[in-house]
Formats: sequence, structure tokens, C-alpha cells
Amino acid sequence: MSIKTLQPQLARASRHHGNSREKRKSVTLTVIMSLLLVYALLPLFWLLVNSSKTQASLFSTFGLWFGGKFALWDNIVQTLTYDNGIFVRWLANTLLYVVVGAGGATFLATLAGYGLAKFTFPGKRAVFAVVLGAVAVPGTALAVPTFLMFSQLGLTNTIWAIILPSLISPFGLYLIWVYAQDAVPTELLEAARMDGAGEFRTFFTISLKLLTPGLATVLLFTVVATWNNYFLPLIMLSNPSLYPLTVGLNEWNAQSSTVGGQAIYNLVITGSFLTIVPIVVSFLFMQRFWQSGLAAGSVKA
Amino acid sequence: MTTTLSRSATQVGQARGIGPRKARRNWAGWAFVGPFLIVFVLVLIAPVIYSIYLSLFRDQLIGGNAFVGLANYGQAITDPRFWESLGRVVLFLVVQVPIMLGVALIAALAIDSARLHWAPLFRLSIFLPYAVPAVVASLMWGFIYGTRFGLVGNIDSFFGIQLPAPLGSNLVLASIGNIVTWEFVGYNMLIFYSALRVIPGDLYEAAELDGANAFRIIRSIKLPALRSAIAISVIFSVIGSFQLFNEPNILQTLSPNTITTYFTPNMYAYNLSFAGQQFNYSATIAIIMGIITMIIAYVVQLSGTRKED
Repeated sequence: MSIKTLQPQLARASRHHGNSREKRKSVTLTVIMSLLLVYALLPLFWLLVNSSKTQASLFSTFGLWFGGKFALWDNIVQTLTYDNGIFVRWLANTLLYVVVGAGGATFLATLAGYGLAKFTFPGKRAVFAVVLGAVAVPGTALAVPTFLMFSQLGLTNTIWAIILPSLISPFGLYLIWVYAQDAVPTELLEAARMDGAGEFRTFFTISLKLLTPGLATVLLFTVVATWNNYFLPLIMLSNPSLYPLTVGLNEWNAQSSTVGGQAIYNLVITGSFLTIVPIVVSFLFMQRFWQSGLAAGSVKA
Repeated sequence: MTTTLSRSATQVGQARGIGPRKARRNWAGWAFVGPFLIVFVLVLIAPVIYSIYLSLFRDQLIGGNAFVGLANYGQAITDPRFWESLGRVVLFLVVQVPIMLGVALIAALAIDSARLHWAPLFRLSIFLPYAVPAVVASLMWGFIYGTRFGLVGNIDSFFGIQLPAPLGSNLVLASIGNIVTWEFVGYNMLIFYSALRVIPGDLYEAAELDGANAFRIIRSIKLPALRSAIAISVIFSVIGSFQLFNEPNILQTLSPNTITTYFTPNMYAYNLSFAGQQFNYSATIAIIMGIITMIIAYVVQLSGTRKED
């Protein structure tokens, strides 16, 4: 069985009504939606504008337009070099947590979601019940209990305290499970078994390719979750050289607000700006993938 | 959710006429599910069990850490701070969630209507804040709210007026609601939009032939099709509201007088652990909140799927 015979199936799964139907565009609707667009983008514009201001101009010029000396590059250099370049360290930590945490979470969720969709095995119902129950339990509810347990195990203040909890994405497992049901035809797996291919070989050579859109969606959401993770590192880490960007930025802000602390509001703002650039870029870059994956997930949801 | 899922699984099986042959019954599946489950038990199941265990003990002046049964739960039920924090997130929930989901729903219907200019631009831009970390969103909005160099301060000095401070005690919860709405309105919009996209086109054509107008189509076709997507969004929003922590915790730095250490249940649990060293009581609060969240999620799920059965 070749990939070509699968095309109608995939096409059917992603079929939707044609928005291409010509309809009269409504100016009123566009204007109303533009208000929402301004609401969504205005704070980001504020951040960009104020990343270009010196600390003095922050207080003396109008917030929504450039003013004073254009200091974006100075601010970036200052952000990256302040306190012996601790910001770069935080950035590297964040990347480590994202690559290992989100990458691992996507891998585990894909394996398990595929396993649940394509195999029957003793105890499968129990696995379902437990994992789907856990979708309702948010990470933050578990943060304090996890901290208490990890401190007993001596795992707090290590990178594992951040990476281990990030490895589990019940939502990702659910999405892959739904996606794999249609994207990987059981007949195809049967054919591979006839040919004597092992289950893992079939998974890595055939199934993984068919799962790519679903996988990209899960990867994107786990990347966002780990990049934005705040509560967990806040409680797990006391050593600033292990901080991710989120906790580090809040530390800078707290320092600025403390009486006697050095006020570095311009660095907090520029640091915030630098923190969102990579994630926003990867969102835009990967939109083709996550939009189709999300659509497929919601068919069954 | 389980019932919906297994039902759709059977449907898929029946549609293909492959029934029980759908998958092989052996232990190979465990090799795929096993790695996930091992980590799952370590980071999800074990902490829950450990905190249930902790919630049954207490540090006492005489006898050290001793078993006290459900005494911690009794303490929580009569703890005015716990009730105040719970009341605050419930208020947040009943005001913020309907506003956010209502706006998200209207936006999704507008983008799906094919009557909007530049629909992809709107879809992407409104979704963009979801990618912004809660820390950055809170800092950014916190500065904008600020009367010193924020927009509110700019407006005050430009018009020579004194707007009510967004981070003052009257408005702080609404200000946090605005941040959360900003972060998640696009995410929910996209969930609704994805569900709208899979409605078969022939349904619309039939409705148009019958002379149904746009609002009739929304009411009779689109809203029923969105039912389970709305249920999912409500569940996630309920969970998010009950677990509110990041935004108030970060704004606390900018506004220490209005945001108390027990502003939300999660902040209370956090501060009990890290400022008060009351680990047993903190675990109790976490467990109670987990149970309340699960009950509400379950009720919402039941009402969201009932009509389809």
C-alpha cells in the first residue's frame, strides 16, 4: 500500500467548507474586528517603543511613541552584558529547558498517543482513565506538592526539577491519539507487519511522517509552555545561574522596585522584548503546521 | 471526555468495517505507552499521593510532626483567608471567563463568516499574545497601568486628570482580568475557529437554499457544532481561573499593598510553603483546590456533551 492511496483519506479528514465562496465583505465587521486587533497588538507596540528608550526618557516621554534618544541598541547591549551577562545565561538555560523539556514531552506524547491509538493491550482502559483524568489537573496545582516531593529527593535547585515535570503533556498525548486514528491507517500497519517489519521500525519509518502535522502542533504548544514556564522554576530554583528568562526578568523587576535596589526598568523592558522575539518568530514560522494540526484535533474534540 | 472519545473511536472502526481487527491485542502497545507512563507516575501521580499524605500530618509543639487525620481540612474550612481567596477566584471566574469566551466566539464567527477583509491577518494577530509569557504580559501591562511612566500616567498628565489607579484595591482584580483576557482570547478564538472550519459546506448550501440568513445559520448550525469546543474552552478557563497565580504574583512587586499573600488560593498555598514553612497545611489547600477544580471540570464536561448522546 502506497502513500498515494492515503491521500483521499487525509483530504477527507481535513475537508471543510469553502471559505472561498465569494461573499460581500463587510466594512462594519472589519472595523469592529480592528478594535480587537489593536487591543491585541498595542501592548506589544508599547514594548517595542519603550525598548528604545533610556531610563530617563521612560519617565519623561509619551509611552506610545518614540521619544528622547533612540537607545534600542544600547539597551540590548546593556541587557546582554549587565551583571556579567547573566541574561545570556538565562537565555541559554531557557533554551536547554525548551529543547530537552518540550522535545522530550513531544516525543513521549507521540509514542504514547500512537500506542493508544493503534494497539490494544491489557490495561489500556486504565491508562486512558488515568491520563484523561490528568488533563483536568493543571501543572500549577501540582507545583507545590511536586516541590515538596522533589526536595525530599534532593532534586530541587537542579535542572531536573524543571525538565522532569515538563516532560509530561497529557494534552499532547490526547491530540496525537486523536490525530493518529485517522492519519495512520491500520491497514498500512498490517501490511508492514506482513512484510515482517518490527513495530518500532514501522513507527519511525512510516507512521512518524504521517503524524508530522499533529506532532508539530504538540511541539509548538509544549515549546510555548516551557518557554513561558514561571511558577515551577520560581519555586524549584534558588540559584540565579539556573534561572530561565521568566524568573530572571521578574528578579530584575523586583530589584528595580526595591528601595535602595538599582533601578533597571529599561533592562526589564528590553529583556522582555528580547524574550518574546524568538517565540513570536517561531509561531509565525510554524503556523502552516500548527493550524492544520489544531484543525484535525478539534474534529474529534 | 472519555465517553466521547471511545464513542468516536468505535465509529471510526465501524466506518471502515474493520471492527475488532482494528489493532493487535498484545503487549507491544506497552512499549510505546511505557516511557510516558513512567514519567507520568513520577511527576503527576506521586506528588498527588505525597501531598495527600502530607495533608494528614501536622507539626505540633508536643510530639513533633504527628498524624492528625482530617484536622488540616477542618482548619481550611474555617480559615477566612482561604475563603476570601476562593471567593476572589470565583468572582474572577464568573466575570472574566464569559467576557473572554464571548469575545473569542464573536471573533471566531467573524473570521469564519467570509465577510471580513484580511481575515488571516486578524486570526494571526489576535492569537499572537498567546505566545507571550505570562511574566512578560504581566510586566508589560503592569507598566502600562503604572501612574509613573505608564500610559495611565501619560493620560493623567496630558489631560490633567486623576484616573482611578488600575492597580488600586478597587480595580486590581479587573486589571488582572484584562491581562488574562488579553493573553487567552486569541487562543480560544482559534479553538472555536478550528471547530467551525470542519462543518461540511453542504450544510450551509442547504440552509441558504432554504432561505436562512446569517444569524439563523449561526444559531442553527454553527453554535450547535461548537458545543464541545465551548465545553473544552470553559473547562480550561475554569482551571486557569482557579489556579490564578502568575499575574497577581508578578504584579505584587508593583503593587504590594493591594495584592495580599492570600490573594488567590494558589498564592496562599505558595506563601504558606515558602514564607510560612507550613508544608502540611499548604498541601491541604492544594488538594482541596484540585478536588474543586476536577468536580467543576467534570460537571462542565457532562453538560457539554449531554445533547449529543
